[in-house]
Amino acid sequence: MSMGLLRLLRGKKASAPVARERLQILLAHERGMRGQPDLLGVLREEILAVVSKHVTLDPTKVIVRLERGDEVSTLEVDIEVPNDFERKKVAVA
Amino acid sequence: MSKVLVVTSGKGGVGKTTTTAALGAALAQRGDKVVVVDFDVGLRNLDLVMGAERRVVFDLINVVQGVAKLPQALIRDKRLENLWLLPASQTRDKDALTEEGVGKVIAELRSRFDWVICDSPAGIERGASMAMRFADEAVIVTNPEVSSVRDSDRIIGMLDSKTVRAEKGERVEKHILITRYDPSRAARGEMLTIDDILEILATPLLGIIPESQDVLKASNVGTPVTLSNADGAPARAYMDAAKRLCGENVTMHVPAERRGLMDRLLRRRAA
Repeated sequence: MSMGLLRLLRGKKASAPVARERLQILLAHERGMRGQPDLLGVLREEILAVVSKHVTLDPTKVIVRLERGDEVSTLEVDIEVPNDFERKKVAVA
Repeated sequence: MSKVLVVTSGKGGVGKTTTTAALGAALAQRGDKVVVVDFDVGLRNLDLVMGAERRVVFDLINVVQGVAKLPQALIRDKRLENLWLLPASQTRDKDALTEEGVGKVIAELRSRFDWVICDSPAGIERGASMAMRFADEAVIVTNPEVSSVRDSDRIIGMLDSKTVRAEKGERVEKHILITRYDPSRAARGEMLTIDDILEILATPLLGIIPESQDVLKASNVGTPVTLSNADGAPARAYMDAAKRLCGENVTMHVPAERRGLMDRLLRRRAA
């Protein structure tokens, strides 16, 4: 009661409840992931394998990102392809 | 019956080594035969906190590799005759800790001591997993702060899956020890409360160690805090925690702010 009153008088919001809420959300997620294979790692490898069949790629230029939102999450795959990839592929074939 | 206790946390700097020294001394003060083992290979510090840094000849790695026998490496405390230290190596790296070697050393320590207290390094790498591997019980040292609580949760997950006990389908008995608890910040709503931490980690509480000058002073002079200022708040909190480890029922003290109204007003104005 007194802490609540003091806070009110000082016009400041306690930060501890924010900490608790952030932790609860984060840990619920992390506990679910425990023991699961590294999803992004697997996706990156498999996407790389498929695209490499058709295009010569630099493996370091493939970036897979996952952005978590409240409603939906987005998976972003960014592959840098050299401009002359078609010719190269033909030349190899 | 002998017990292997790991003092762990995930996060660094939360008070594992201080806690290992304090609980080791507290249990020895009660009459139990205790060894504290430093698993922080390459960055040893338990010797320094225990005031035995100039007496280290052999270390855990030497014993694991068979270069030295266990009795040659054990250092007896100068203040408590039933407290011993097994230091870590300062020069080798963590890969020198093989599971088989560590298992043998722990088994031999079990036969000689009532308590084998393993001081884990920070992190979740080999040193930390070896420190917890053979544990019967665990003290998870946690500060009332988000990153520490998150890391504690991760370590709890490891204790429940990566220890010998867990693999046999048994439990490692886990306890949360909250350190660096600052009552005035808690009163101002700036710090996670004890209840918040226990609810999030769903693990029982072993004790609450208040933030105190005593802890730094104790490490400065190389004495476990339970011996350097036995009447101080941290020492009493550690003694109570040791009693709880021994199965005694001790009322939990939540450290409270002890400043008068004037102090509060003055401090508030200054802040």
